[in-house]
Amino acid sequence: MSIDMAQFHQVFFEESFEGLDIMESGLLNLDMGDVDSEAINTIFRAAHSIKGGSGTFGFSAVSDYTHVMETLLDEMRDGRRQVTQSAVDVLLGSVDCLREMLSAIQDENDIDEISVAEHKKALELELNGGQANLQAVAIEISEQAGNKITGTPTDSSESGWKISFCPHADLLKTGNDPVRMFRELSELGELEVLVDLQGVPSLFDLDPEECHLSWTLILKGNVQRSEIDDIFDWVEDECDLSIQTLNSDEAPALVQKINSISSSTESQDGSDFKQNTPPIIAKPAKAEEKKAKAAASTSIRVDTGKIDTLINMVGELVITQSMLSLVGEDFTADKIDQLKNGLVQLERHTRELQESVMNIRMLPISFVFSRFPRLVHDLSSKLDKKIELKLVGEHTEVDKTVVELISDPLVHLVRNSLDHGIEMPADRIAAGKPEMGTITLEAYHRGGNIVIEVKDDGKGLNKEVLRAKAIEKGLLDADTVLTDRQCYELIFMAGFSTAEKITDVSGRGVGMDVVRRNIQSLGGNIEITSNLGFGSTISINLPLTLAILDGQSIAVGDETFIVPLGSIIESIKISDKMVNRVAGKGETFRLRDEYLPIVRMHNVFNVQSAKATKLTEGLLVVVDGQGVRCGLFVDDLLGQQQVVIKSLEANYRRVEGVSSATILGDGSVALILDIPGLVRLSNQ
Amino acid sequence: MTQETDTQEVKRTKSENSMQFLSFTLGEEEYGVDILSVQEIRSWEPVSRIPNVPSYEKGVVNLRGAIVPIIDLRERFNLEHSKYTNLTVVVVLQTILQGRSRTMGVVVDSVSDVNNIEAQSIQSAPDFGTKVSTEFISGLALVDERMLILLDVKKLLKLDGVDNDAEEDDDEN
Repeated sequence: MSIDMAQFHQVFFEESFEGLDIMESGLLNLDMGDVDSEAINTIFRAAHSIKGGSGTFGFSAVSDYTHVMETLLDEMRDGRRQVTQSAVDVLLGSVDCLREMLSAIQDENDIDEISVAEHKKALELELNGGQANLQAVAIEISEQAGNKITGTPTDSSESGWKISFCPHADLLKTGNDPVRMFRELSELGELEVLVDLQGVPSLFDLDPEECHLSWTLILKGNVQRSEIDDIFDWVEDECDLSIQTLNSDEAPALVQKINSISSSTESQDGSDFKQNTPPIIAKPAKAEEKKAKAAASTSIRVDTGKIDTLINMVGELVITQSMLSLVGEDFTADKIDQLKNGLVQLERHTRELQESVMNIRMLPISFVFSRFPRLVHDLSSKLDKKIELKLVGEHTEVDKTVVELISDPLVHLVRNSLDHGIEMPADRIAAGKPEMGTITLEAYHRGGNIVIEVKDDGKGLNKEVLRAKAIEKGLLDADTVLTDRQCYELIFMAGFSTAEKITDVSGRGVGMDVVRRNIQSLGGNIEITSNLGFGSTISINLPLTLAILDGQSIAVGDETFIVPLGSIIESIKISDKMVNRVAGKGETFRLRDEYLPIVRMHNVFNVQSAKATKLTEGLLVVVDGQGVRCGLFVDDLLGQQQVVIKSLEANYRRVEGVSSATILGDGSVALILDIPGLVRLSNQ
Repeated sequence: MTQETDTQEVKRTKSENSMQFLSFTLGEEEYGVDILSVQEIRSWEPVSRIPNVPSYEKGVVNLRGAIVPIIDLRERFNLEHSKYTNLTVVVVLQTILQGRSRTMGVVVDSVSDVNNIEAQSIQSAPDFGTKVSTEFISGLALVDERMLILLDVKKLLKLDGVDNDAEEDDDEN
């Protein structure tokens, strides 16, 4: 009887939000002319499970609301109602409304009653606007009563019930908890609780396991007697219970009385009371939900196949381990081959295990992409543009952290394309393009990276306008010569906006710089290519995972550092002839056609033990980090390995020239180098 | 539920009156830190040096997968540096700073004892003027006729202060 439902809330919310996503994409894909009944079924099922779930957990506002939606969907499903654009729009609005309601409940905020009521009204209008049918009317009636539908009106009181509940002292010992009962009651209607403290003995005589309180409850609303009886069913023999109908005249007076009494009890012995008894009266539901929220954490849905592979792999690992310990028990020299074999197996299994664990964190990018059809649908109708959205490579898998962090920057980019990129239909026709504009969202793997592209066939970026704008805003000197790429890069500068007027969609000039910063903080970069009159492409390059990196270990003296393998171009031994000095200080060397600065690691990091101090003695590792190229002067290259990235900042702080740390095979810590930071450091 | 609250209350009353401190020595001086902030005591192990930081920040070590900085308290307090031996001890301290937990190891000469100290008997640190920095000292206590300098772990682990020092250090260079 006393299962703590709060522990399931998180799951319910996750499932409901998923259900809402399903409904949303289903609604967007509905083809007005030829409605696929399976599509409506899918939407209906999602709505139904949200209704069921919210009913179970007592979120009656949600279940009532979903019920109305369900009725509408039900009629569509049975073909009693035409699927119209207006109906779909109303339903989409309701999906938003539900999402807000659920987030409000999740965050323990109050539901925005007004907006809910508005949406509900819109839904009911839609319902009644079609063929007026009995069910709809029934709903409206029940809506006015502010409650669930009740089959027959008999045996129910219009205004409510007055319940006096006086439990026997040993009620709690049987595992019954008045708080839970009151909570259930409060789901039926508006509940006023008045507690009688007269039975409470002095602190000395107080037995904490006995119940000394009795209550008078006023339950307002259209509730059936049987529903109340159900709640008190379990405690009937252990209390004195009387349930009377509440006369509508009597109710307000009584409530007033309760208010005055409760305020007086509060002031008189409120403090005393709070200390000695469990906090039954003080909004128990709220306290419990708080706890649940604190425990709530993000979770991830994993394909069982992936878990099975993982279990297999752990099995293999256990076998290898037992084999190795057998070899180690009485080790003789002739067993060396066995040992080597075992170690090879161990290495393979560890690597496989690592890969499949990483695989669990991988989610298809469609988790991000799926929100865009709705966004484009809403925005394009708002801006009176005709736009088609194409999604390509939705099944490309990315690390969960990347998925979570990339979605906001992507939304921004798509909105930009919609607002600035694609022209108005008339302009498009005038330019000889199809009336319908296209935005393509594409994701694919390239090397160890994932590339996400936002492509539009709009008007493209005008270099001259960008330039003029930058000069006008004082971001650029009038006589600066810019390459194409540098020109496009201007839009990433803070305070830059080319929109003629500021709309609520975009144009405030904050944003693109934030987008770029977000993406760089993920270890990625962003690039723009554009063709005036034919559209632009923004491509984002991101590492597949943020937790593991392919690294090259380098030695400087007796210290080891890791350089991300992806940023190494080549390693060379140089002769004195290749080195030039600039202003007597800065060393550069010539690599093919480029002059690159030399960063002496032992100088920059103050390594006393460095073996190579003359450039000819060591090696030059040519690296490229976010467009910054240089030659790192080191003693030696050690080897390549995958390293697990560990944060330095968790317990320490940011160190210039170092991006993070890792733990080497011998248990010691090595620093992972940050190339742009190193270059900055060496210039100081 | 009632029982839980009871035990909690008992604990609170106890801790209100007396606190336990782990005491350790740095040369002649004896220091104490709140035992609740001590995570573990380890022997000295070679650290990985961090470039361009003040010399008292010895470097970082791998503590069961977490990267933890090691600070030499002698150098931090401007005491004479002593050679690290097998007996040199690292006290790993943990506290909550700005909403997240921070772990840091401090190098001390040796760990001596755990002392119960009554809250009333803790005196505030006298002002030594500018000669001796008292910013990390939360109080002084007398234990068996010896003076124990009680350290404020939160201030000790706060890296913002360290960061400022680091900047000064850079300027000198």
